[in-house]
Amino acid sequence: MTNALEIEGLTKTYGSGFEALKGIDLKVTQGDFFALLGPNGAGKSTTLGIVCSLVTKSAGKVSVFGYDIDTHLSAAKMHLGVVPQEFNFNQFEKVFDIVTIQAGYYGIPLKKAAVSAEKYLKKLGLWDKRNTPARMLSGGMKRRLMIARALVHEPKLLILDEPTAGVDIELRRSMWSFLEEMNRQGTTIILTTHYLEEAEALCRNIAIIDHGRIVRNTSKRELLQQLSLETFLLDTEVSLDKTPELEGFTCRLDDEGVLEVDVHKGQALNDVFMQLGQQGIKVISMRTKANRLEELFIRMVESNAPEGESITEGRA
Amino acid sequence: MNAQALFTAYSTIVLREIRRFTRIWPQTLLPPAVTMTLYFIIFGNLIGSRIGEMGGFDYMSFIVPGLIMMAVITNSYANVVSSFFSMKFQRSVEELLVSPVPNWVILAGYVTGGMARGLGIGVIVTVLSLAFTQLKIHNLPMVVVTVFLTSALFAVGGFINALLATKFDDVSIVPTFVLTPLTYLGGVFYSIDLLPDFWQGVSMANPILYMVNGFRFGILGVSDVNPFVSLGMILVFIFVLSFIALKLLARGKGIRH
Repeated sequence: MTNALEIEGLTKTYGSGFEALKGIDLKVTQGDFFALLGPNGAGKSTTLGIVCSLVTKSAGKVSVFGYDIDTHLSAAKMHLGVVPQEFNFNQFEKVFDIVTIQAGYYGIPLKKAAVSAEKYLKKLGLWDKRNTPARMLSGGMKRRLMIARALVHEPKLLILDEPTAGVDIELRRSMWSFLEEMNRQGTTIILTTHYLEEAEALCRNIAIIDHGRIVRNTSKRELLQQLSLETFLLDTEVSLDKTPELEGFTCRLDDEGVLEVDVHKGQALNDVFMQLGQQGIKVISMRTKANRLEELFIRMVESNAPEGESITEGRA
Repeated sequence: MNAQALFTAYSTIVLREIRRFTRIWPQTLLPPAVTMTLYFIIFGNLIGSRIGEMGGFDYMSFIVPGLIMMAVITNSYANVVSSFFSMKFQRSVEELLVSPVPNWVILAGYVTGGMARGLGIGVIVTVLSLAFTQLKIHNLPMVVVTVFLTSALFAVGGFINALLATKFDDVSIVPTFVLTPLTYLGGVFYSIDLLPDFWQGVSMANPILYMVNGFRFGILGVSDVNPFVSLGMILVFIFVLSFIALKLLARGKGIRH
């Protein structure tokens, strides 16, 4: 089966001499929900920008559903929907016009475009705002408007660059369910995000890019299996005033009296509950502490960072 | 994209442009109407009555074709340069770049949008001029062809300016320091017969002189230059500027990183 996206030896050197991509190879299969992760300046947006024709590549090959962007650009673009990181619509145009105009650029006549626009504006909760100028929308609505615009021509591959940046938690969750539904219906989705929780919740395959190179490209499952330690938060029926002793486990109480337990790969959680039960401590709920993917991501990127540079200090 | 899809994309750009300049009509349609009315009153009526005939016509009749052409030129140019640069500035040009619309359709759409405004203003100014003078058309096809081609030429010019502009100042430099002087010195208000030989020669290097005179020939039947040379020059300029615009688009100048 043809891959939704294939990238071979992709390089990009900007006019300033900055080498943003140093030979990227990537394959995204049809129907995948794929995350491209990396710190700021790693090359994520440049990679997606080249796929979407917003950035000119220096070398390499890119094909979308088998259509090479050098020889069949128009056909490749027909399969693509793009939700960029920054708002890029005319702030003075009305919501409905923005979506139908985009359909027009794909050669979709107004009548058909209006039907498609209504479908997606309704799905994304923007139908009531269809006659509102885009500048009057909230940040979350603007993000949803860009998703509706990207979908109006029913693309087979949807690219989202930081789709939930600056969006509140409730809205983020509803956008996740919308994207999951789109993916279930067959749309291949590639997303970049800084919320690793988002990638962990949504994506099946993950590539990590850093300093213009892919440092990891694997399934989420395989990636998470590399975690050797996970921290669980246990809420107990009665607040604890001192940390219980658990043989084979490291544990501590946080400021709010929640018990944190470190569990190494291979250790059984049952042992924790058994030991707590023997001490008369009843656990009423449990959750993982940190985002597991986030821990892995930081480890990987830090091990890839040039000497003296830390991810926590950020990059120019 | 098949022919029908290409036409849909083209008409989407054109309609978007028309909607834009009609939505902001106090900025786009009203000012040229007011300015041209003032020209008619001050230069045509008040000063013109003391000047007497020019090229065998009263001064008001002589300047009307030039003023119509001036309005068409500046508005065709201004529409494209301001609209496309605003799209670049707001990044909404990316909507077009990610879509499968070919570059020549993008250019054609914007040029047609610019022509719609330029020619619309031309009609408004023509109607206003009827309050001051009678217009008898000497050669209608010449009038129509000249005004259409001139409008197209300056719309293409505006497109190139918008591609090359990196800040708002760049959008106003050409209209202020190139277009306006060339238009004023292009025989809008006088016949170049009035100039000494040397300045007549210099004036012949001004492309706008040919357009104004071609249009004036269509309306009045008089011209400082051969009207067919005018048409030929406009066509050559359109071809050259369109070629440059398409090259810049293909390179992604000012729109792709």
